[in-house]
Amino acid sequence: MSTYILYGVTILFLIFSYMKDKKKTKMSLKKAWKAFENILPEFLVVILFVGVLLAVLNPDAISKIIGSDSGWLGVMIAAVVGAITLIPGFVAFPTAAMLLQSGAGYMQIGAFVSTLMMVGIVTMPVEIKYFGKKLTILRNVLAFGFSFVVAYIIGLVVSGI
Amino acid sequence: MKAYLKRYRAFLIVAILIAILTIFNNQLGLKAINIAAYSFKEMLLVIPPVFVLLGLLDVWVPRETMIKYMGENSGLKGIILSILIGSAAAGPLYGAFPVAAVFMKKGVKFSNVIIFIGAWSTTKIPMFLFEMTSLGAKFAFTRLLVDIPGIIIIAYVLSKLMTKGEIENIYKSAELLNK
Repeated sequence: MSTYILYGVTILFLIFSYMKDKKKTKMSLKKAWKAFENILPEFLVVILFVGVLLAVLNPDAISKIIGSDSGWLGVMIAAVVGAITLIPGFVAFPTAAMLLQSGAGYMQIGAFVSTLMMVGIVTMPVEIKYFGKKLTILRNVLAFGFSFVVAYIIGLVVSGI
Repeated sequence: MKAYLKRYRAFLIVAILIAILTIFNNQLGLKAINIAAYSFKEMLLVIPPVFVLLGLLDVWVPRETMIKYMGENSGLKGIILSILIGSAAAGPLYGAFPVAAVFMKKGVKFSNVIIFIGAWSTTKIPMFLFEMTSLGAKFAFTRLLVDIPGIIIIAYVLSKLMTKGEIENIYKSAELLNK
């Protein structure tokens, strides 16, 4: 759904741009392609890594280690698993819901979802290319730490510990 | 040709390793290839419009406009815009970095660039709706309400941890990446 909207908006802008200035439109498409080709090698490596990771770490394996009575250790493991993996949201949320049903705790799932979205170990090569090592590492470390705050508050609000 | 080989070297090495893995553990290897192919399809589906928009932004929106709305003195307006643009995005986090590079080239304030990355990573509107339906409104809203201040705080802490020179270097390399 959101992909259609994105395409719709992009096509509208493109038509508008083309009507106003053909040359500029051509230039922007060239820039788009260059920006894409520039980062494509890193993208491809990330995609292959994700394939291997998800093949090894299936929902069954995850739900075994982050049960609702696994406490802060479970939160820690959930956060690490989330930080390493990169799962698209439309797979991640149903997976998280399934994990909850099979006995994972809200705090652990909160940590998992939070690091899954904010921390990206496998995408680090891409991030480093744009932001350098220092900023990339600091941003991921801070986001990782912050995910524990998120987990704690979600645990507090949703399951009312 | 040689330059291409060098740039795609890491990709080729990982691909060969996966092929070897498939020989030794057929099931695991095929599963990995399947998932990678799926992610690749996702990338091909979502990424092109992001890059086309980025190209249009680069060509059409003048630097002065970006500085005015999201630059050094843009204040609260800049913060809100960064969150909104990041939240309206679609696609995985790695799509945000090239957009961030164009932002830097156009003179967007450093903390706003980081806020944009944070919003893209975690407060995306389409994802939020999806999160609500699968994990419940309480879970999704709590996370959103904690995340928004969190993203801003992380951005400010990061700006403080980086020296002026380091930030300048990042801006310079962003310029080179988007020539």
